[in-house]
Amino acid sequence: MWIRFEVNGTKVELDVEPRVSLADCLRDTLRLTGTHLGCEHGVCGACTVIVDGAAVRACLMLAVQAHGEHIVTVEGLSNDDALSPLQASFRKHHALQCGFCTPGMITTAHALLTEEPDADAERVREVLSGNICRCTGYIPIIKAVLEARAHYAGEDAPP
Amino acid sequence: MKPGNLLIGAPMERVEDPRFLRGAARFVADVNLEGQAHAVIARSSIAHGHIRAIETGDALAIPGVRAVITAHDLGPEVPVIPLRLQPLAALEPFRQPMLAHGKVRFVGEPLAVIVADSPQIAEDALERIGVEIEPLPAIVDRAHAEAGETVLFEDHGSNVAIRWTAMRGDAERAFANADYVRRETFRIQRHAALFMEPRGLVAQWDATARKLTLWGAAKVVFANRRILAASMGLTEQQIEMIEVDVGGGFGSRGEFYPEDFLIPFAARLLNRPVKWIEDRREHLMTANHARETECEVEIAATADGRILGLRGRSWTDNGAYIRTNGSVAPRNVAQFMSGPYDIENIALSTIQLTTNKTPAGTYRGPGRFEGDFVRERLIDLMAKDLGIDRVEIRRRNLVRETQMPYPLATITPYESATELDSGDYRELLDRCLEDFGWAEKVKLDGQLVDGRYHGIAIGCFIEGGGAGPSENARITLETDGSISVYVGSASVGQGIETIMAQIAGDALGAPFDRIRVRHGSTGHVADGGGSYHSRSTVMGGSAIVLAADQLRDNIRKVAARALGCEPAEVTLDADTAKGPSDESLALSELSEESIEAEATFSSDKYTYAYGSLAAHVAVDAKTGHVEVIEVVSIKDVGRIINPATLHGQAVGAIVQGLGGSLLEHLVYDGDGQLLTGTLADYMVPSAECFPNIRSTVVELKPSPNNPLGAKGGGEGEIIPVGGVIANAVAAALADSGAEPFELPLSPPRIWALITEAQSHR
Repeated sequence: MWIRFEVNGTKVELDVEPRVSLADCLRDTLRLTGTHLGCEHGVCGACTVIVDGAAVRACLMLAVQAHGEHIVTVEGLSNDDALSPLQASFRKHHALQCGFCTPGMITTAHALLTEEPDADAERVREVLSGNICRCTGYIPIIKAVLEARAHYAGEDAPP
Repeated sequence: MKPGNLLIGAPMERVEDPRFLRGAARFVADVNLEGQAHAVIARSSIAHGHIRAIETGDALAIPGVRAVITAHDLGPEVPVIPLRLQPLAALEPFRQPMLAHGKVRFVGEPLAVIVADSPQIAEDALERIGVEIEPLPAIVDRAHAEAGETVLFEDHGSNVAIRWTAMRGDAERAFANADYVRRETFRIQRHAALFMEPRGLVAQWDATARKLTLWGAAKVVFANRRILAASMGLTEQQIEMIEVDVGGGFGSRGEFYPEDFLIPFAARLLNRPVKWIEDRREHLMTANHARETECEVEIAATADGRILGLRGRSWTDNGAYIRTNGSVAPRNVAQFMSGPYDIENIALSTIQLTTNKTPAGTYRGPGRFEGDFVRERLIDLMAKDLGIDRVEIRRRNLVRETQMPYPLATITPYESATELDSGDYRELLDRCLEDFGWAEKVKLDGQLVDGRYHGIAIGCFIEGGGAGPSENARITLETDGSISVYVGSASVGQGIETIMAQIAGDALGAPFDRIRVRHGSTGHVADGGGSYHSRSTVMGGSAIVLAADQLRDNIRKVAARALGCEPAEVTLDADTAKGPSDESLALSELSEESIEAEATFSSDKYTYAYGSLAAHVAVDAKTGHVEVIEVVSIKDVGRIINPATLHGQAVGAIVQGLGGSLLEHLVYDGDGQLLTGTLADYMVPSAECFPNIRSTVVELKPSPNNPLGAKGGGEGEIIPVGGVIANAVAAALADSGAEPFELPLSPPRIWALITEAQSHR
């Protein structure tokens, strides 16, 4: 099936088998390997991408369902030179160890703070409870997200 | 270039982080080779039985399927996974074949490898494999395993693999003369490391050069190369193992699994690159499980609470096969049950049983989490029985600094004796009490507040680290003045690129950003020990210190020739070499060739980090739910390389321990079917579960056993969690008389415990 969508600001047109998941399409066809597969049944959150502003599990969405959508993956959240404020906050707070869950944490938190720049700790924990991290115990991740909130409020907010 | 002290001890931001944060890391699933085929594994759906037939014709008929490999294709002798640690002849009958033949012994055991042009075709073919297995009764518990009416290995004739014994002093006499003795039975449930990146491999065979390259190597890469070379009939030099980014290990990843042979074998057979990535269901039923242990242990003490002895037996449910490190946990349960306490008389044994479940191996704090649960529970029970304060009874029994080095019980039959190296155990107990606010919180003990019973507890622990025999490092001063550090340690996500650069930077007096660390892969050093037993910092870091000394000598020699003086007259700083009359040369202009040094650090002594951990819980007696209000810990690692990464390990270990204490359980039914085969069934901590953890790491008493003074610190805080949480629950429920003896402390278990206690009132 031919589909068209936009990923990280670039228009793509692809012929995909109907059974291919969005995650496999991003990783295998478009070689956007920052989207990770940790469970392939929608529990771990490592494959989270942003579809028209909403955090979505790319393992549970078919590529054909992305037709006409605007998709942002972790690769689309910073330019080549610098980390985004959210990413820099993760680094500052040592909010990652093995780094495998990190792209899903970043995309989920970015989608949250874009919608709710004043989310409190409880809300951040609630939203990130769908992303499993086995290394950090989550505490530095919550700190990093909370500290990044300022960058999502007001005029400095990322698009 | 002179040794400095700027980097060690600083909370450096990690050099690894930018690539992970931007999705630019390269995990094994991100490795793709031109023309690669994809493998999936056909696995047994029966826990125990005779294999009557494996029909592959229908699968092979699917266009795009290139091969279906069964045990018959592996040659006259199906290779087995050897033991990496404790390679005793007695354990050899229990080694796992790379593919099942004759019998299957657990659900998930590999039967065949399907290789196809795409993973989708391979999975389609998987459904066309016809497997006929004549079922045998499944052995899923200790009673049936010991009874031996059905055995997994007919040639051996028993499900008992081995008995480990830890002995010290004269336990018989101590128990005969003791004022106080209490004996209890404890159970720790089967759970697992569950690292987040599934296992995976990409193998490439170069038929012309007769060389195998394998991406996805981890943990003990050189040891695995030795195993792979022997099983494939290759020399080690014919195999290159490449470590790309590794998504967590915790003991389980990187041990040699059947796929570590099967995927390279398929690549050579087809003369085509082959890729295999595990899915989560496969992971839950095939990667090493851990912890399932039952302990009947008794404690002996004087009337004033001085512990005289520990005595008893434990049984570990090892699953179907003994893999590379399968005896570590059973051994540790016996050898380390005494923990940080001065217990003169010990007679503890562990019986390692085989059952029709997934094989067990090491998971962070192997055997130590289990042993600490037993010991810390017994100490609280004893304190209650004797009417002595829980804290005071611990203080009375902790090993004193003046007793160091303090010998632990000696384990047999793979004999090993070890000594606690250094530490002020009482000091950290006191600091933990202070940090936790014990004096205030203890007033809440057993109190009913807003419908929940509150309880607190504290426990003390030791953490073994720094396993020998050796580690290697090589450092190169490149011609542009940059420094390359190569080390045999491996990354499992713990940040070794950063901490090894900190160690090298100080040892050389070189700036952090001029150093590049490479690790893990077989091309970097002649041999490497890898990363297990919290050994990377201690062993790899110390090898770097030695190599840096050697490199400075070598640079002086080269500079002396250029400056026309003696090497001893050359002084080095970060950028230059100076001669006796102040003439100087930039390091980047010293030589047209790079200058190199290599060193080996050897040690046969372990390091012992130590500390205390306290917890406050609230128990809802109506639902059985345990809320962890707060956990506070403190640990001494002798010397801290990076306080931020170390703190991260401490907090992460505590949360894993809370998962193992309250949530995680690999459940089997009577037929040996795993009932928790997805992450929807196997519960791990989420961001909402345990928000209040405070952890401190200090450098109080350096280890005398290595030039850094560092102690392995990647596991410690997981070790006491089970015992402390269970003691806190017991303290909360003290009025009801409920005493937990079994993990996990799940709501149904707590509810049953309370109901049962009430029925005895």
